[in-house]
Amino acid sequence: MALSLAVTGLDAGYGAVKALRGVTLHVEAGETVALLGTNGNGKSTLMKCIAGLVRPQRGGLSLSIDGLAHDLARLTPEAIVDLGVALVPEGRRLFSKLTVSENLMLGAFRKAARRDIDRNLAFAYETFPVLKDRQRQLAGTLSGGQQQMLAIARALMSSPRLLLIDEPSVGLSPLLVSQTITKIGELNRRFGLTVLMAEQNFNQAIRIADRGYIIVHGEIVVAAGSVDELQDNDIVKRLYLGGVA
Amino acid sequence: MKSKSTGVRFWIGAILFLAAMLAATQVIRNEYPFFAGYIILQFVVLAVAWSILGGYAGYVNFGTSAFFGMGVYTAVFLVKATGAPLAVQIAAAAGVGALLGFAVGLLTLRMQGIFFSIATIALTIIIETTVTNWRFVGGAAGIQIQRPPVTPPFDTYVQMLFFVQALLVVLAVAIARYIQRSWIGRGLQAIKDDELAAECTGVPTLRLKLLACVISGALMCAAGAPAAMYFQYADPSSAFNLNYSVSALAMSLIGGTAHWAGPVLGAILLGVTQQFLAVTISSEVNVLILGIMLVLFVVAAPEGLIGLIRKIGNWRAGRAT
Repeated sequence: MALSLAVTGLDAGYGAVKALRGVTLHVEAGETVALLGTNGNGKSTLMKCIAGLVRPQRGGLSLSIDGLAHDLARLTPEAIVDLGVALVPEGRRLFSKLTVSENLMLGAFRKAARRDIDRNLAFAYETFPVLKDRQRQLAGTLSGGQQQMLAIARALMSSPRLLLIDEPSVGLSPLLVSQTITKIGELNRRFGLTVLMAEQNFNQAIRIADRGYIIVHGEIVVAAGSVDELQDNDIVKRLYLGGVA
Repeated sequence: MKSKSTGVRFWIGAILFLAAMLAATQVIRNEYPFFAGYIILQFVVLAVAWSILGGYAGYVNFGTSAFFGMGVYTAVFLVKATGAPLAVQIAAAAGVGALLGFAVGLLTLRMQGIFFSIATIALTIIIETTVTNWRFVGGAAGIQIQRPPVTPPFDTYVQMLFFVQALLVVLAVAIARYIQRSWIGRGLQAIKDDELAAECTGVPTLRLKLLACVISGALMCAAGAPAAMYFQYADPSSAFNLNYSVSALAMSLIGGTAHWAGPVLGAILLGVTQQFLAVTISSEVNVLILGIMLVLFVVAAPEGLIGLIRKIGNWRAGRAT
């Protein structure tokens, strides 16, 4: 399946505050692309723009599926979900007063997804067996790691082709971060899901990423074609690896 | 299969309820029970309607009185302009309520939390002021309305209004129940729990909230329409009385908003208490009791009567094992 996301010269912000300036990036089918940057550099804003939750002020957001281009900037969030784009929001944002299985059901809210509910539910439970054991538990009472898994599983319920994951490592212990990242890698490798992942944990993210971008103060400062290229980059050394550039 | 059998039971219950109400109008000679019962049924409709937006979606609406008053004045206008029969008055009021709900929703539903609530209070004031300055429907002084002759099998007009309000109760509850059990209800619940997360999962948040506002508004207006004939008089300060907003909200919260039966129970409990107090002590005490009960429930049973019943059920089940 041919799928590609192209972001070109994107400006976005909140009132007078500019969060993104001229951001250009692309994601191709089957890739895992890491969007790296520390807190407050615009990663979440970019993810929200792609999901339709924040309207960009300028620039292009185009998703082409099998040669047909869709302008995401003109679509509602629900229409973007219909196209097969699912966002796992930062901080998980589960429906904390609902049970695990009710959360998953809401992931399949769209009409197209309701048809595949049984298949997707089986897939979600197979990928995250711990959720199956806790179907009737309230989402708010799960541990942090389980909540992150539920957030990803809920996104899987909409039959996505492109999975946007915003900061999967936030609030998790190092061991759980590693497990979560491994799972995301598995979703990409074994099931061919295209992944765009915003992350500040550089070393974890590059374990599964094919390539990556680094965003600083709302601008893409590094666009690396491979993980090696990322690791050798001077800005990366300065920002993340403690090297002297 | 289970849902089908509860559906059958629900409709049997509804038919039995209506049959009992109809039988009461034929058997009981005293008019007072119908006077009091009408008010209680009216509050059941208002509370159930309020809970569709306020309970399921968590958007606390203080505009119940605006919708109720619009219902009253739609009826007044129709009676004065065309002499339309009661059924037409109610249907027209529902239409006006739906339109008003749509307009209000478009203007206010992008606001969240307290901002939405404040906007709905402002709406009440704007509409009341407009009607107060509208001479045709009596202006601030109000307007007298002549009841047409009553339709058989009813002996008095109040008995007929009582039965009509009972029909509206069944309609409102059936709609609320349908919403609660459908994808619309799930979506509204998602909005209540976390609106951003709801958007992420593809819940069309604005459209669902608008739908809830339209349905809720239509039912509130419909509930208000027969009030013109009931009182044989209408004036802006009683038709748009903030008491309707506060009561609808309090009844829903006291009954519990997680289930359609919550507002029904709450409205019956509070409605009966109010009617009883109005006769025995004074109608002014009503408001005091309403306030005290609301505080008690918010502190002791935040999930309302429904939550309390479930808790007791769980506790019993826990003790039995």
